[in-house]
Amino acid sequence: MPRLLARNAEAVGYVVLAVILLVAFPLGLDPFRLNLVSKYLAFAFVAVGVVLSWGYGGILSLGQGIFFGLGGYFMAMFLKLEASAPELPDFMVWSSTEVLPWWWEPYHHLWFTLLSVVLVPCAVAFPLAYAPFKKRLGGVYFAIVTLALALTAMVMLVGQQGYTGGANGITDFRSLLGWDITTDRAKLFLYLGEVVLLFAVMGAATFVLRSRLGKILVAIRDSEDRVRFSGYDTALFKAFAFTTGAVFASLGGALYSVQVGLITPTLVGVVASVEMVIYAAVGGRTSVVGAVYGALLVGFARSVISENLATLWLFFVGGLFMFVVLVMPNGLAGLPAQLASRRRRAEAPTRLPVDA
Amino acid sequence: MARMNRRRFLITGGKLAAAGALTYSGLSPRIGRAADTVKVGILHSLSGTIAIAEAAIVDAERLAIDEINAQGGVLGRRIEPIIEDGASDWPTFAEKARKLLVRDKVAVVFGCYTSASRKSVLPVFEQNKGLLYYPTYYEGQEISKNCIYTAQEATQSVIAAIEWLAANKGKSFFLVGSDYIYPRTCNKIAKPTIARVGGRTLGEEYAPLGHTEFSSIINKIKAAKPDCIYSTVVGGSNVAFYKQLNAAGLSGAKQTLLSTVVSENEIDGIGRDNAVGYYACMGYFQSQKSATNDRFVKAIKAKYGQERVVGDPMECGYTGVHFWRLAAEKAKSFAVEKVVAASSNLELDAPEGKIKLHASNHHTWKHARIGVARADGQFDIVHESPLIEPNPYPKL
Repeated sequence: MPRLLARNAEAVGYVVLAVILLVAFPLGLDPFRLNLVSKYLAFAFVAVGVVLSWGYGGILSLGQGIFFGLGGYFMAMFLKLEASAPELPDFMVWSSTEVLPWWWEPYHHLWFTLLSVVLVPCAVAFPLAYAPFKKRLGGVYFAIVTLALALTAMVMLVGQQGYTGGANGITDFRSLLGWDITTDRAKLFLYLGEVVLLFAVMGAATFVLRSRLGKILVAIRDSEDRVRFSGYDTALFKAFAFTTGAVFASLGGALYSVQVGLITPTLVGVVASVEMVIYAAVGGRTSVVGAVYGALLVGFARSVISENLATLWLFFVGGLFMFVVLVMPNGLAGLPAQLASRRRRAEAPTRLPVDA
Repeated sequence: MARMNRRRFLITGGKLAAAGALTYSGLSPRIGRAADTVKVGILHSLSGTIAIAEAAIVDAERLAIDEINAQGGVLGRRIEPIIEDGASDWPTFAEKARKLLVRDKVAVVFGCYTSASRKSVLPVFEQNKGLLYYPTYYEGQEISKNCIYTAQEATQSVIAAIEWLAANKGKSFFLVGSDYIYPRTCNKIAKPTIARVGGRTLGEEYAPLGHTEFSSIINKIKAAKPDCIYSTVVGGSNVAFYKQLNAAGLSGAKQTLLSTVVSENEIDGIGRDNAVGYYACMGYFQSQKSATNDRFVKAIKAKYGQERVVGDPMECGYTGVHFWRLAAEKAKSFAVEKVVAASSNLELDAPEGKIKLHASNHHTWKHARIGVARADGQFDIVHESPLIEPNPYPKL
């Protein structure tokens, strides 16, 4: 049974996820919990991107918060302009910014906002990845660069108070194209839309990974030199994986702003960025569907534990992460295979374990 | 010892599992709500960078709740506090505020410390028709019908502080602050006030939040030679700022410095030696002499330990709970709009003296007090203003 499960884990995972997200949650959870699920799912977008770039491309980015923030802030700018029209956004008034900065102007339009949610992360992520990879900069250095950039981005957002809302971030949205997004009904529709988009993103990621492109990515991860000697421009492939991950993160950020009703620099910073990697690690960094489970599980654990044990919850969340990394190195998605192999070992004790 | 720890761990783990199971009646509505209690929320950071300041406010608010319960509760009902951790993270504050209002259906929430956390929860309170009592001195520029502000807004301390400094210490000023909304707004109020009293602003500098390297700012101060430094540097930065000022020869004995954000609680963190001789302007100091304050300080020490000190935000948290009780009893109801209506002009004999809520703007008429820090971390009060009307939208 576990062996069968291991073989079909991915397919089973998808079906169960669809049932949970589209049927069980909307029917079984009250509006408050459902809204929290929307928040966890926003991070699931990032986690799917991390699977693509880290799990398959082998690129560990500790700065996914930057791209989450790009999408989040673009969407927040649009929503804030709509909420405060025809006046200036309130935080600008407090910070003595008297006219709307020119680069805020286009965010009166939803189409421009959505375009920039997708295109700006591309424009940032591709050169950011391609240049160092072309120079054959190693993975650890790239991780450090992204970490530093996440920190820089946060400091910049905090410092430019008149343009970004500073440490407070941007809050208090009311409507989307005149549609009141604060009602329970609107939140349900937004949730369903988010789930559909999430499945589309998961589908796109799976498509990429199953294609020849995905095979090359795995080959690069496992032996980059060999792929390079075979005549491939490995930097280009890695930059593609990283850029795709960045766009997914940006989509997640945009949805976060709509669903949660605020965006703040803390979501861009180092801690948030590292947490986003952990979601993927908990779910299993080589499994697209596992990453979504990881984001949901960590999100739920965080909310429930912190509600019941207000002062202890950080220890439990930390403990959970350590447990997963030490005991389940392939995360939740690797669990069936792990169980199956343990069973095989138990059945045939003389055979050397394959994964030893 | 090790066994003891493991045992304790198991017990806590068991409690966690039980608690988890309990919440996952999260799927079904909570049952068994006793009719003779009234639920209130407490929403502060118990973890993260701001926990050190906010945990003390939680203690003060719980003391007030205990006192009220010991006297029979509010409208005959015991207060049942539900404490949530905002974790120094603004989105978490919003999530927990929604949880308190939507799931727990609390009558009122006492909470928030930073402006950022307040800004993140206010839309939640407005959408769900909740009521927040906010206990921290802040920048003003806000009147929410779902919020009662029990601490000073900026004009109530800044104007009094500048006027006093100009009259007693000299008329040239140097403004230093952390780079965020509170210091910038305070200085926006300070500059026209300095001009009005015939003084001069020699410089205005901001350091990023959490900054610890003040030598370039201190050099500018030394070059400008101001009579007074007005500081709105907050949090951990103050440790570095005060130390480096002392090292540069600008100690409290030689240089007048006044801060509107350093209370007794902050002095504990800054180190008493570093703060000696510097001034602070607050609505409340622990060293105030009155029967109500003696009782309050004694109760805090009895409940939480003799070494505890009490600062302005703690006192404002404590008075917030008492203001709410008075308003609910006057309204004979816990309904938010009735409590708010009853709060208009409500008077209270607080540890800081007799104060009252404003007729319409949800803020509090308060005294401004100026104190100079002593070696024991307490303040000698050198000036006390009459009650000052709150004016969150000043015309400058």
